[in-house]
Amino acid sequence: MDHFPTHWGRPRNELDDQYNTFPLHQRPANHTDTFANGVQRTQQPIVTGTSVLAIQYKDGIMMAADNLASYGSLARFKDITRLHAVGTSTVIGASGDMSDFQHIQRVLDDIVTDEFTAGDGNSLGPAEIHEFLARRMYARRSKMNPLWNSLLVGGFQNGKRFLAFVDLLGTTYSAPSLATGYGAHIALPLLRQSIDPNPDAVTEEAAREILRNCMRVLYYRDARSLDKYQIATVTEAGVTISDTQKLDTTWDFAENIRGYGAQTQ
Amino acid sequence: MPDGSYERPQQRQFNPYSENGGTILAIAGADFSVIAGDTRQSEGYSIQTRYAPKVFRLTERAVLAVNGFAADGNMFVKKVKQRLEWYRHAHAKDMPLRAIARLIQTMLYAQRFFPYYVYNILGGIEEDGTGAVYSFDPVGSYEREACRAAGAAQSLVQPFLDNQIYFKNQTPAPGTNHPTHLPLPDVLSIVIDSFTSATERHIEVGDGLEIYVVLAKGRSTQELASIGGLQELSTRAEGDRMFVIRRDLKKD
Amino acid sequence: MATASAYRSPGFDFSNEIRNNFLSERGVPLPKATSTGTTIVGCLFKDGIVLGADTRATEGPIVADKNCEKIHFITDSIRCCGAGTAADTEFTTAMISSNMELHALSTGRKPRVVTAMTMLKQYLFRHQGQVGAALVLGGVDATGPHLFTIHPHGSTDKLPYVTMGSGSLAAMAVFEAGWRPNMERAEALDLVTTAVSAGIFNDLGSGSNVDACVITASHTEMLRNYVKPNERVQKERSYGFRRGTTAWKSESIRQMVVEEDITFIAPEAMDTS
Repeated sequence: MDHFPTHWGRPRNELDDQYNTFPLHQRPANHTDTFANGVQRTQQPIVTGTSVLAIQYKDGIMMAADNLASYGSLARFKDITRLHAVGTSTVIGASGDMSDFQHIQRVLDDIVTDEFTAGDGNSLGPAEIHEFLARRMYARRSKMNPLWNSLLVGGFQNGKRFLAFVDLLGTTYSAPSLATGYGAHIALPLLRQSIDPNPDAVTEEAAREILRNCMRVLYYRDARSLDKYQIATVTEAGVTISDTQKLDTTWDFAENIRGYGAQTQ
Repeated sequence: MPDGSYERPQQRQFNPYSENGGTILAIAGADFSVIAGDTRQSEGYSIQTRYAPKVFRLTERAVLAVNGFAADGNMFVKKVKQRLEWYRHAHAKDMPLRAIARLIQTMLYAQRFFPYYVYNILGGIEEDGTGAVYSFDPVGSYEREACRAAGAAQSLVQPFLDNQIYFKNQTPAPGTNHPTHLPLPDVLSIVIDSFTSATERHIEVGDGLEIYVVLAKGRSTQELASIGGLQELSTRAEGDRMFVIRRDLKKD
Repeated sequence: MATASAYRSPGFDFSNEIRNNFLSERGVPLPKATSTGTTIVGCLFKDGIVLGADTRATEGPIVADKNCEKIHFITDSIRCCGAGTAADTEFTTAMISSNMELHALSTGRKPRVVTAMTMLKQYLFRHQGQVGAALVLGGVDATGPHLFTIHPHGSTDKLPYVTMGSGSLAAMAVFEAGWRPNMERAEALDLVTTAVSAGIFNDLGSGSNVDACVITASHTEMLRNYVKPNERVQKERSYGFRRGTTAWKSESIRQMVVEEDITFIAPEAMDTS
């Protein structure tokens, strides 16, 4: 959160929102230096997804992301799936640049295919997928050519839950509840309140309700979010990614508000 | 521009570094070593997780604490562990502490012009059975010391350790001398108090505390008997023993 | 830039502005002001307003004050929570409080919340964001309960529940999830406590205790340190120092007690001749 009060209430900038920024298009230079600009790298995200939320609960993990891919402040694509199953026991959720995410999807699908064709009886679990992503993201940042995403990796294997985070810098961490982007500021306090004391006490029904509630709060307060979202669960039974669901919202408190200051009519 | 051309496009450079808060410290005793770190990982004003270890067991008698940019720290620990495993395969024994220290120096300096943004403190038992602490800067300058704090609250903790461990600015009572090494219970109390105090006054320190204790071969474990939250990590009862103590810190 | 005139205009003194800009261009940073990193909140309930605040003040990453008071007095039934630069919030609210008292005396009426809001926004707008005060203003007057946020540039919002400061997102999440119209006093107080706690535990700029203030038409109740979830733990050792620990180079002892001889003289009898 931007701590300096004069920045509050202003359009987002990359300082407090590196992963969901509006694209600032560079004006074309009227000459191009072939050698200086030989390689184009991702210097900023263009089409972006906002927060992803994920929690651990009694039977496994649950993840939620809305269906919006923004082009700056334009709500450009409204039926994008930002949750992706990898193998049979892992799901990843992505915020940040959608083209980089699609690249990651392709890479992951390739290694899942390779593992399958090896036919050695081993399968990639969530821990392995997360390790792979962390290494890949860190390697790309070290080449100064990052994959501009914050990713959540969740899964369930050998009777154990797995939930972890990795971002464009290769930073990783794990916790009973996680969120990326604005969700880390808005939704995470609510998730921590209801999950962190004891994830084992949270039933699937309760987990779903907690995530729906947080997605609603995000829709109220995140200007780059949408009221259409999907929920993924990973349990003993495998990965399920739900159909798109719509949030029910109320705005009737606005009826009683007159103006912003001294107005009464 | 005045001549009608466009100004050079502003390149917003990608910053490959971040700062993840937290603090680590280590104190060497005569025949033991204590290495500790808090478990909060933060970025800016947000807590990323309340439990992310910064202190890692390398061998039976060596512990490494890393602080700074978490991604670099984790990657560095991973590479050090890999080199130690190769050493084990080549020599059928663990690398001695002073050799690990030199290894860390060369590994850090290898990245001189794209450094690991990490402060390292290595603690453990030397081959001669003495407790040791080695501290490093991000590009590999290192030194063997009796105690060292690093990280976000270094400026709060180090002066306290200088006073309590090195007895700086303390005149001994007439006819007495300050001890060169403190006993283990005193060291543990000072470590815990360092972290509870840093938690009070530094916003990036808190949530949890992990204290690794390495005891030289044959040393009594008696003094640890009454410590709460103790867990033994050593795989063999003979040889050096390693323990970890886990405590809660304030979460605000 | 000193002027030759003996006359000094009232208000802020900008005479060091050019020098300071020059210095900061040369890489000399301005001294850091104490900032109240802060979670401050306010919410409307059935009978009035509940305001809430944490009690941490910071200087960069260091905690400057573990138990500061961020709910400032404006009038008997109007209070104002301040976030941002500590000096600006304290001075601004104190000044507006004085002006509100003068306003009350000159009109002979109980002052209104909108009056304070208008004074504050005009003052802050006049200074173009240079006065770094981000405020939550709440109170009850003849026209009912009112709640506003005032940003450092002078813009205001009027909403049934508001938050400000670095923990505002954490606190707002709690409000968005839990606020309902026409809550009872206890429910509202609980919600405000939860909202401030969300800031305390999730935002590093906020911490320590929860202050709350319940304002109704008839009564204002200031609940200083309403919840204290972060008490300091007992230290493992005591850090007393032996007398003579601090070395000295030279010693000089001075008698600080002034001795004087007092001679009592029997009063002479009054000359009544």
